[in-house]
Amino acid sequence: MSGAGPGRPLAHWQHRLAERGVDRQLWLLVPALVFVIALFLYPFFYGLTLSFQPTTGGPFSDYARFFSDSYERGTIWITLRIALPAALLNVLAAVPIAYRMRGRFRGKRLVTTLLVVPITLGTVLTAQGLLNFLGPTGWFNRILLASNLVDEPVRLTHNYWGVFFSLVITGFPFAFLLVLSYLSGIDPTLERAAATLGADWRRRFTRITLPLLMPGLATTFCLTFVLAFSVFPSAVLVGNPAGETRVISLAAYQAAYEQYDYPYASAIAMIMGFVELVIIAVVLAARSRFYTGSTGGKG
Amino acid sequence: MSAFTQLRLDGVSRRFGGQAALSELDLTIEAGEFIALLGPSGCGKSTALNCLAGLLPLTEGSIWQDERRIDTLPPERRGFGMVFQSYALFPHMTVRANIAFGLRMRRLPKEETRRRTAEAVRLVRLEDHVDKLPGQLSGGQQQRVAIARAVVFEPSLVLMDEPLSNLDAKLRLEMRTEIRRLHQSLGLTTVYVTHDQEEALSLADRLVVLREGRVQQIGSPRELHTRPANWHVADFMGYRNLWRGRVEQSEGARATVEASGLRLLGEVVGGLQTGADVMVAVRPEDIRVDGPGETRNAMSATVEVVEYQGRELAAEARTDTGLLLHLRTEQRIAPGDQVKLAVDPQRLLVYQADAQTQPKRLADAPGATR
Repeated sequence: MSGAGPGRPLAHWQHRLAERGVDRQLWLLVPALVFVIALFLYPFFYGLTLSFQPTTGGPFSDYARFFSDSYERGTIWITLRIALPAALLNVLAAVPIAYRMRGRFRGKRLVTTLLVVPITLGTVLTAQGLLNFLGPTGWFNRILLASNLVDEPVRLTHNYWGVFFSLVITGFPFAFLLVLSYLSGIDPTLERAAATLGADWRRRFTRITLPLLMPGLATTFCLTFVLAFSVFPSAVLVGNPAGETRVISLAAYQAAYEQYDYPYASAIAMIMGFVELVIIAVVLAARSRFYTGSTGGKG
Repeated sequence: MSAFTQLRLDGVSRRFGGQAALSELDLTIEAGEFIALLGPSGCGKSTALNCLAGLLPLTEGSIWQDERRIDTLPPERRGFGMVFQSYALFPHMTVRANIAFGLRMRRLPKEETRRRTAEAVRLVRLEDHVDKLPGQLSGGQQQRVAIARAVVFEPSLVLMDEPLSNLDAKLRLEMRTEIRRLHQSLGLTTVYVTHDQEEALSLADRLVVLREGRVQQIGSPRELHTRPANWHVADFMGYRNLWRGRVEQSEGARATVEASGLRLLGEVVGGLQTGADVMVAVRPEDIRVDGPGETRNAMSATVEVVEYQGRELAAEARTDTGLLLHLRTEQRIAPGDQVKLAVDPQRLLVYQADAQTQPKRLADAPGATR
């Protein structure tokens, strides 16, 4: 590439480095690098090494302890059972709404704001609202009882459903905003072209928009899944933290702050991270089967 | 889907908010015709095309395919092929899948889809690229895919929205010939939108000139080229010399006009009142340099700017009375030369000037170039 023949003098070393992307602008990376090392890499590797230094037994005994105890091992399944459907629902619910809202129309800003408001609420406020609304004496059950649809209140809090609803409420705005931006990245002319070629709206969506949107949906799913997988406050506040919503982060919390067994807590945290990575790897592998290039839109 | 003998646009109008983008377009398209909608940007030509395609609902009017009303049908049920300015190729499909899309939407038998796709690929000479994605093709190849995709299902009407505007000059000429060749071999009725008068003249059987959403003139290329209906059309069709003047005397189709101290004899197009303000329109190539013994419409002028354009020179000259002229000539002239110019009265067109609108360039500002 440099084109410097054997007899010709080489370009100045600074130019040759710049050609490979090494120049003074690299200094701009320093703050971010310090940040990542101090706040992510150091704690991560500290936790990783800590997990191999259990209070008793060999380096892997804490991992063995987690997997040999069915009560502990079960937290993985419990968490997946909440996080996967919640993430999936968030993505699936976001698609039609974002699809309808991608054009320009009057009041779009207002609707978007309303849909995004739950982000600002925080988990505790959401949990409080859920308890008031879905609890045994909440409006929802009172309406059901008054209309004689049920004989006794439906239990929707302090169990699986409470946590599930909480995750949907807090996770949906993220999913919606991401899907909306992916959708507006698809050139609307493509659908118009498909229409002139004889495709009705259903086939326009399934043949053109959806395949182009799939990579974005996969990414959105990964992000909302990670958010849902690390669920903690709502599992305690609107769930049943001793039983069916004893999620994996709760197990780690109990190990660290009730038993003061940091190595074991670190091991659980590592297992948690590994499970997340497996799911993300599967989703991203599926994503790579789709077309991921330019889709011609403004996004 | 079925072929028609006549497609009739009846008072087709489209407003955006209060703004009329297209007003009462009446047009009858015969089967097999190549029609060009021509006009400057914002004249409503793309609006008209989108209304035809069904991508824009009409505000008023109707569209008839023989005796069937089609302006109420969604685009997918009109069966018209469309080539978009941006090509709008499906980026996740191969060239073959892109071209086959229209056939697959019609649920044709696999074997027929395969055969007709292969035929269309051959027609646009893309045999070596069928398995590529659109992103791997050059602009001209993408253009050919877009055309093949729009004609493969033998639509009763092909709509083209400035299909050549994203290509470089050389490719544009090649594709122009290609489109003409396709039209001649397939005989598909075509409506072609462009702002390039040369493109429209070379391709179309009939031209529709639009301005501010209204039809200015409908006619053959020859009619538009030689006899624009009003000075706006003349301006658009390459009559670069537009001078404001006053009628001194008129008699039949001939009129003597006074413009910037010159007395000019020309052909009146449309009606005139004596003493009325008129616009005089002359093509640069109709101004002759040193006409042999020409006495009518003779002017003496000084050459100011000369552009070399191959066989010809394009020049600007200023008459002794101060009028700026655009002309083309094969003679060698240089800035500063004194020249004798003349215009054949048949090639000097006189139009009624409209009261309110001023021509964009009254030929007096020095350096007013285009």
